Amino acid sequence: MGIDVISERQVGLVSNESRANARRRTSLFGDRLLRAATLCGALFLLLVVAGMAIMLIHGASTALGHFGPSFLGSQSWDPVRERFGALPSLLGTILSAGLALLLAVPLSLGIAMFLTELAPAWLARPVAAAVEVLAAIPSIIYGMWGLFVLAPAIASHLQPLLSRHLGWLPLFQGPPMGIGMMTAAIVLALMVVPYIAAVARDLFTMVPPSIKEAASGVGATRWEVMWHVVIPFTRSGLVGAIVLGLGRALGETMAVTFVIGNSHHISASLYKPSNTIASTLANEFTEATGGLYVSSLIALALVLFLLTFVILAIGRILVSRTALQGERAT
Amino acid sequence: MKRVVLQRKLVNALMVGLATASAVVALVFLGWILATLIRQGLAGLSVAWFIELPKPTGEADAGMANALVGTIQVVAMAIGFGVPIGLAAGIYLAEFGKGGRLSQVVRFVADVLLGAPSIVIGVFVYTLMVRPTGHFSGLAGAVALGLLMLPIVTRTTDEMMRLVPVSLREAALALGAPEWKMVLRVSLKAALPGITTGILLAIARVGGETAPLLFTALNSPYWSLNPTEPTATLNVTMFNYAMSPYADWRAMAWSAALVITTGVVLLTLLARATGRKAR
Repeated sequence: MGIDVISERQVGLVSNESRANARRRTSLFGDRLLRAATLCGALFLLLVVAGMAIMLIHGASTALGHFGPSFLGSQSWDPVRERFGALPSLLGTILSAGLALLLAVPLSLGIAMFLTELAPAWLARPVAAAVEVLAAIPSIIYGMWGLFVLAPAIASHLQPLLSRHLGWLPLFQGPPMGIGMMTAAIVLALMVVPYIAAVARDLFTMVPPSIKEAASGVGATRWEVMWHVVIPFTRSGLVGAIVLGLGRALGETMAVTFVIGNSHHISASLYKPSNTIASTLANEFTEATGGLYVSSLIALALVLFLLTFVILAIGRILVSRTALQGERAT
Repeated sequence: MKRVVLQRKLVNALMVGLATASAVVALVFLGWILATLIRQGLAGLSVAWFIELPKPTGEADAGMANALVGTIQVVAMAIGFGVPIGLAAGIYLAEFGKGGRLSQVVRFVADVLLGAPSIVIGVFVYTLMVRPTGHFSGLAGAVALGLLMLPIVTRTTDEMMRLVPVSLREAALALGAPEWKMVLRVSLKAALPGITTGILLAIARVGGETAPLLFTALNSPYWSLNPTEPTATLNVTMFNYAMSPYADWRAMAWSAALVITTGVVLLTLLARATGRKAR
């Protein structure tokens, strides 16, 4: 009798235990399944970027093998005689992005300063929302507006004015056509401004009020607080924001394709039509015939990919270094 | 002494003026763009625009209905491709990989993909899907857009899930929940509003993209319900129409511009609104 009770209890224990075991096993299975599934997602990202590098190098190999390193330095772009060089597009890419940043950085910092330090709350909120809308407008819209509205306005107002006063510079010589490097840089600047301004605004609001008040307390003007306290405090983040903007400007396609004029001639004048890697690809890829032509275009894409990659890497190093300096300073 | 003070005040006034002027410049350009869009876009907009197929220039009652449907098709396929994989990768980074070497590499790779110009992604998908099969397809366009969404969804999921307090996770585990239940029902659920904002922003970004579609989805003057055929999208159709010399085609392109911008801006504002509510 007693033995029976014990054994019954033991039976009960065993069954409980096995149930717990079973549950542990299913939960272990669930854990492993989730882990494996999500790991696949993470590995897919690696696969994509590795595949991208491999496919671009593979696609570009015909052109790179044919032209060698002179592909980067050659000025000719002649589909008829099948001679291709990256220099005009590469220079156009760097020049348009650089000019765009030259215009966009002061403008964005001004907007960020206005939003955080100058405007009352009732005004700052709608202006910030407007900047967000500017960022949301698709690039092709900027391109269309640039081509049909901005370029004629620049040709009839801005360029004659610049020629009259600064015409002795080779930059501002030539017939004012509107379509060309100058309009491309202005449109690009407009597209980059909201990105830099949004990050700069967030950074400026992160500056502790106490140190700004300390500066005001010893008699600093609003501008001096900005220049000597707020900007140094947020320097690393600002560099990151500017690099982010540069990356966008380098790879921007549609807006530039509409307004840059698509010419493979290198010219000192900002009035002249030019080209960027992205606009060359957008214009010529679907029409390219012949293996060498397509391969040269893929090689251009590879150059653009590497360029944005390097810019991103430099930005990261700069940001981490300035962040370290900031930590050491405090 | 007085001169120094005067000079500082003048510099201050100048700089405050310039900062205000830059905000005004941004507003002027935004107003200029929106006014052009509305004026030119409304002029060409009609019922036919929404329900008719493209027609040769000069014919009445032409529309972009196939491109409108095509855009929705391609973006929907891109969501189906980009969002689940991005979610999975983000969950892995935040919950399993954390600060390990693999996660560092995956985060870096996600940033590389995020920074890659969209036209380069288009060229990649061309070499991957169009050249081997020998023809352009809506599916290839969807893959290109999906690859653009992927890093955005991954990074937002990762960041939002890492914001979920450890105490919540510990509470779930202490109650006996297995890890997978804790991840899906506690961490992911808590992070979901933020992730939704990220996904909406990704859709808005991709919906306005043209460059990666130029040589993947290509274009078509017909309905393209089969995703293995070239598919018309609003953006590519608009590009071709805007570059054409015909006035009636350009008017239709302006209408497309108005429709796309309205959609993308509304989606962005919706995302920002949900994001603010989530916070």
